[in-house]
Amino acid sequence: MTSTEIFDQDTVAKAQDLIGRYPQSRSALLPMLHLVQSVQGFVSQEGIDFCARQLDLSEAEVSAVATFYTMYKRRPCGEHLVSVCTNTLCAALGGEAIYRQLGEHLGVGHEEVAGEPGAPGSIMLEHAECLAACDLAPVLQVNYEYYDKQTPESATELVEALQRGEKPAPTRGAPLTDFKGAELQLAGFFPEDDEAYWSDVDGPSQTAETLRGARLAADRGWTAPVMEDVPLPEVEKK
Amino acid sequence: MTDPLTPVLTKRWLSPNSWRLATYEALEGYTAIRKALAGTPEQLVQVVKDAGLRGRGGAGFPAGVKWSFMPPNEDKPHYLVINADEGEPGTCKDIPLMMADPHSLIEGCIIASYAMRSHRCFIYVRGEALHCIRRLNAAVREAYGAGYLGENILGSGFDLDITVHAGAGAYICGEETALLDSLEGRRGQPRLKPPFPAAAGLYAAPTTVNNVETIASAPFIVNAGSDWFRKMGREKSPGPKIYSISGHVEQPGQYEAPLGTTLRQLLELCGGMKDKVPLKFWTPGGSSTPMFTAEHLDIPLDFEGAAEAGSMLGTTAVQVFNETVSVPWAVMKWTQFYEHESCGKCTPCREGTYWLAQILERMVDGHGTAEDIDTLLDVCDNVLGRSFCALGDGAVSPIQSGIKYFRDEFLALCESNKRELVGAQA
Amino acid sequence: MTMAPEEPKTETPVPEGHVKLTIDGEEVIAPKGELLIRTAERLGTVIPRFCDHPLLDPAGACRQCLVEVEMGGRPMPKPQASCTMTVADGMVVKTQLTSAVADKAQQGVMELLLINHPLDCPICDKGGECPLQNQAMAHGRAESRFVDKKRTFPKPLPISTQVLLDRERCVLCQRCTRFSAQVAGDPFIDLLERGAHQQIGTAETADVLDMASKTTSGQPFQSYFSGNTIQICPVGALTSAQYRFRSRPFDLVSSPSVCEHCSSGCAERTDFRRGQVMRKLAGNDPEVNEEWLCDKGRFAFRYAQAEDRIRRPLVRDASGKLQETSWTEAMRVAAEGLAAARDAQGVGVLAGGRLTLEDAYAYAKFARVALRTNDIDFRARAHSDEELSFLTSQVVGTEGVTFGALEKAPTVLCVAFEPEDEAPIVFLRLRKAARKRHAKIVHLGQWTTSSVRKTFGELLACAPGAEPAALAGLASHAPDLDAALAQDGAVILVGERAAEVPGLFSAVHELSARTGAQVAWIPRRAGERGALEAGALPTLLPGGRPVTDAAARAEVETAWGVSIPESPGRDTSAIVAALADGSLSGAVIGGVDPDDLPDPELAHRALERAEFVVSLEMRPSGVTKWADVVLPVAPDVEKAGSYFNWEGRRRPFDITLENTGALPDCRVLDTLAVEMDADLFTQTPAAAFGDLSRLPAFAARPAFAAVAADGTEPGVRLATWRQLIDNGSLQAGEPHLAGTARPAVARVSAKAAAELGGDTVTVSTDRGAITLPVEVADLPEGVVWLPANSGDSRVRAELGAGHGAVVSIEAGGAR
Repeated sequence: MTSTEIFDQDTVAKAQDLIGRYPQSRSALLPMLHLVQSVQGFVSQEGIDFCARQLDLSEAEVSAVATFYTMYKRRPCGEHLVSVCTNTLCAALGGEAIYRQLGEHLGVGHEEVAGEPGAPGSIMLEHAECLAACDLAPVLQVNYEYYDKQTPESATELVEALQRGEKPAPTRGAPLTDFKGAELQLAGFFPEDDEAYWSDVDGPSQTAETLRGARLAADRGWTAPVMEDVPLPEVEKK
Repeated sequence: MTDPLTPVLTKRWLSPNSWRLATYEALEGYTAIRKALAGTPEQLVQVVKDAGLRGRGGAGFPAGVKWSFMPPNEDKPHYLVINADEGEPGTCKDIPLMMADPHSLIEGCIIASYAMRSHRCFIYVRGEALHCIRRLNAAVREAYGAGYLGENILGSGFDLDITVHAGAGAYICGEETALLDSLEGRRGQPRLKPPFPAAAGLYAAPTTVNNVETIASAPFIVNAGSDWFRKMGREKSPGPKIYSISGHVEQPGQYEAPLGTTLRQLLELCGGMKDKVPLKFWTPGGSSTPMFTAEHLDIPLDFEGAAEAGSMLGTTAVQVFNETVSVPWAVMKWTQFYEHESCGKCTPCREGTYWLAQILERMVDGHGTAEDIDTLLDVCDNVLGRSFCALGDGAVSPIQSGIKYFRDEFLALCESNKRELVGAQA
Repeated sequence: MTMAPEEPKTETPVPEGHVKLTIDGEEVIAPKGELLIRTAERLGTVIPRFCDHPLLDPAGACRQCLVEVEMGGRPMPKPQASCTMTVADGMVVKTQLTSAVADKAQQGVMELLLINHPLDCPICDKGGECPLQNQAMAHGRAESRFVDKKRTFPKPLPISTQVLLDRERCVLCQRCTRFSAQVAGDPFIDLLERGAHQQIGTAETADVLDMASKTTSGQPFQSYFSGNTIQICPVGALTSAQYRFRSRPFDLVSSPSVCEHCSSGCAERTDFRRGQVMRKLAGNDPEVNEEWLCDKGRFAFRYAQAEDRIRRPLVRDASGKLQETSWTEAMRVAAEGLAAARDAQGVGVLAGGRLTLEDAYAYAKFARVALRTNDIDFRARAHSDEELSFLTSQVVGTEGVTFGALEKAPTVLCVAFEPEDEAPIVFLRLRKAARKRHAKIVHLGQWTTSSVRKTFGELLACAPGAEPAALAGLASHAPDLDAALAQDGAVILVGERAAEVPGLFSAVHELSARTGAQVAWIPRRAGERGALEAGALPTLLPGGRPVTDAAARAEVETAWGVSIPESPGRDTSAIVAALADGSLSGAVIGGVDPDDLPDPELAHRALERAEFVVSLEMRPSGVTKWADVVLPVAPDVEKAGSYFNWEGRRRPFDITLENTGALPDCRVLDTLAVEMDADLFTQTPAAAFGDLSRLPAFAARPAFAAVAADGTEPGVRLATWRQLIDNGSLQAGEPHLAGTARPAVARVSAKAAAELGGDTVTVSTDRGAITLPVEVADLPEGVVWLPANSGDSRVRAELGAGHGAVVSIEAGGAR
């Protein structure tokens, strides 16, 4: 299969749409590689060729970019991507145990897939760097939706559910779809149906930890100084 | 004196559907742009300068001064780029902000763009933060619908377009020039400076890169003025700041307090150390800021206070570790992070992190020697201030500070294979 | 660029545009914008470096060149990369010589560079000439403290047929990727991966799964300039497939030389060992090729080592076989045969376009003195009277446009000239002008070639043959360009195939006269400009003297002591035609391939018919079969001489390989002339040049005789030129080079491709047909492009046609 067979007219149209979003076409490369992943579930040589053609770049230039960023998978991903934060703080709070446990459970290592890649219930496992949810450590993500405050047990249950074809709701994020679906949104394409769109957007985002300071202040009656409408400073017109 | 907590940026977070336009408008949202668009760009730069707002991304450069570097003419298009590539270990403030109150960032973008005569703004969001990307996309969509974005905003004659752009997994893209290269569809490797972005940034045109929290502060400053802003915080570090407390504390979370708040005060707010296990070490603002210990409980956590005590304020990502955690192990984990995230452009950072990680791994594995500690410090010396960008400097912070405060623990590891201290015992 | 004088007390005035700073305690005045590393170098202080290269944009990546800097009395907190920091007034710089901090920083970086560097210097091609090795000795620690695991890679990876990549040795200075992206415009090599795993690679070497097993290949590193990456690699990471494991640098003898391929006249360094050239490197000549070479110049030298080199004279025996014989015998036979032919209907001389100035002069003089004829022409290609008039009136003896002028030109118009293929170093200058100074490069051609794209150029497209009309109408259809050509320094470059378009030289001349733009003629072959100066033309004597100008002729007659026919001789086509119809009896042919001539079929017939043919050659050619005497001549490396490059700049070179027994053409002709009772005084190249130089200067030029453009014949027009790497005979014996040739494809418009259908197209004339894979390009309708001499596409030989000819096209294989 050549890149023109793998990437259909709709994908070409989306690629062109991406190019139109930027003053210079090359800026569309990162989103376009996400788009490639939404079609293939990873970035292949054909995907690189596709981007190179769309953007009039050399394949080496596209390869240089595709191999720089960790979110571009260069081997077929599972239906789901499970990313466990094993950076220091999460690791100290159990993240490393979670990663170890999931690795044993799935029988895979970093960026390896349990099951036939892409098949229902298949899972690529990875250890991730800090996922910026340290107040909710240890965290993991499935297809970049947050599952906060995990334990080895809860994480195993989550993964088992994924393997069964279930889609447990994330702590923070939209209703779970799959890796390709997430990649399409990262490329900048969201559900066209209004209801589906807002259902995604309105997915939960605030845990007790997120709101702790604000809630504590409200409870104690602490506030910032009172805001009064003051005019903008006078400056000499240049 | 202000209250111990001063919710400004985090205040709306408590409201249901805080991310929706209707909520935002009900809570005085998009009032600041009316005022801003009625003023001049110079006035906006001035009020932000007067407020003393310093960059919230880590470096603390005065935002108003940065804005004033933009050329007054419009010979080339001007760009505002929001650095929403939050990834510094321990840092988790921008992502909750963008999820909970994306419109405050959008409103800040409009103000900042107007102040810098920019008609195009990009929000570069870390790719892993998919839910933020959704929320921002929805906020931008709503803002266009309500006439806050697009052509002739609120009849002011000012045009602005905002594009939400997803990254793809590279810590280095938090460095502003690497972010610009990445936004141009390249490998995210830092650029040579000069030229600085204000002269030749995105597409070689005048560009300002600001952090999310910085820009989200702008609407409040416009509305309430610089004096109000300066009522919080300290002389050289005014304003409120989101302290993200994580780790071995009872109540981790986001606490917005005046700059200059101490760890002792923060620990009181978050219920103290978890299970009362004593504090061992902590970072004031992410892993790139040299660690502190229990000696530093009363250091005012603002730009000057942290620096005077030998660290940096960074992103006020306060990671708290108790006595169960091995410092060499923690340092090794962080070093592995920097090794993984080094972009590879320059020798000291690329090769240095590779070497340092190996020495630490060997040490933690019980095969280190006392000479290795000297080698670690000397290699750190050869990386610090020698690398192309600040990533290299950040990479050696945990090692240098870890050895500074806990040399005995490194030595002990070398002498007697104290494996029981390796890793967390949580 | 002056340095501060010795006396420290006197205040040196700082010239406009300069600053004064202190380096290691020494005051120095430097031009604004100069990088510290260069200023220090001018003081004699070499700061170690890897990524820095004066012709590449500063990178600051390797951090090897750190120095301490003080500004306004305040030391900067960190050591600074001297390869990225520019000089400033009052700056105080301390290099490793005076700063312990700088010295430690440099040692530290060196140690870091070496932790992952393999200790395979004993088997590394670079060993002995390796900047890493040398600088590690000068600025590094004696021992490494690194005891952990080195990063390893499989070695080496071929990234093209010419270039091998050893990733373990790479220090990631990115000179190669920056060269390819910035200088050559061929970003087929780039950084891959990140951090400590970062490596140089191509799309093919990238660790990315190929679903369809190579349906989409991943382009290998295909560039006409890839060899430069090998030369500028500061370690042994990029090595040459041709040179790998062949020699040690300290076993080589190096000799400066000049490239024999195109008309750029690049400075080269030829390295040889035991009488064999091992490699060629770019010489450093800022005024010509800077520090670059094209791959043809670098790699195409094995023809001189070919098994079939003719080393001894050959004479055809009674049975019609060529037999080796002595020089004495061969000279006798040749002299007798030529004298007889001369005294019958006469002898014509086809000198070829690859001669040195000295050799060309010998042919020009031989024709007049020994053969008593003006029937001589160096143009072994399509040519015209219009071109001849242009060359003799506008080009000969001029020194106008230079490489430097191209770099500074605000506008350059390329007419019938494909810079990347025909004069690659000119192409690099045009790209540099466009990239650095935003020069406007306009190409009057047929499609958006890589020359157009990579010079950020603009295509002025027209059908072959319609170029004169396009130029004549410039003021109306491209008024911007017309005005731009009137700017100071604007240049028009005209190439070899202009001779195939009637009226084109006239249109160029008219445009130049109207706008004031300077014109330069850039022939494809190295010897053409020199042969023009030497008078190897039917209408021209040495020094630009018209044959028909009695005073001019008299000067030469006096110098040579002979009388010269006063009417112009036959040009190449006329010589061929005269041989074919018997109105000439014999020919002296130097390095000409009959298949290059305008009508190859006629040329073969002419040679067959000719009564006596003397061929001067290195290797058997299309002439050998018909030659009565074959006299072996020396390749460039085995003789001295000089080329006149397209600028009109003389590029002398000395002999590289001595005592091989091979003789230069001028010596062979000198002896032959003696045998015919004539004296050339060209026993050696130096003697030949001396003889030529003794002619007084001659300034008068005839007026250019303009020619009207052709009416347009209906039909599909052929556009064609030679690609740089093709079937050319001087590229023989070099498979690594041949492997990077651009594939031979035909190009047509999208509409034509759709109408033709299929993957191939057949282009034919009444002579023959060529079938090639078809590719779509933005060609005008009714135009097909073929590479002139690539693979199966031997246009002149197969079709008997050239640029502008009417051809027919049909779906491939239909015939």
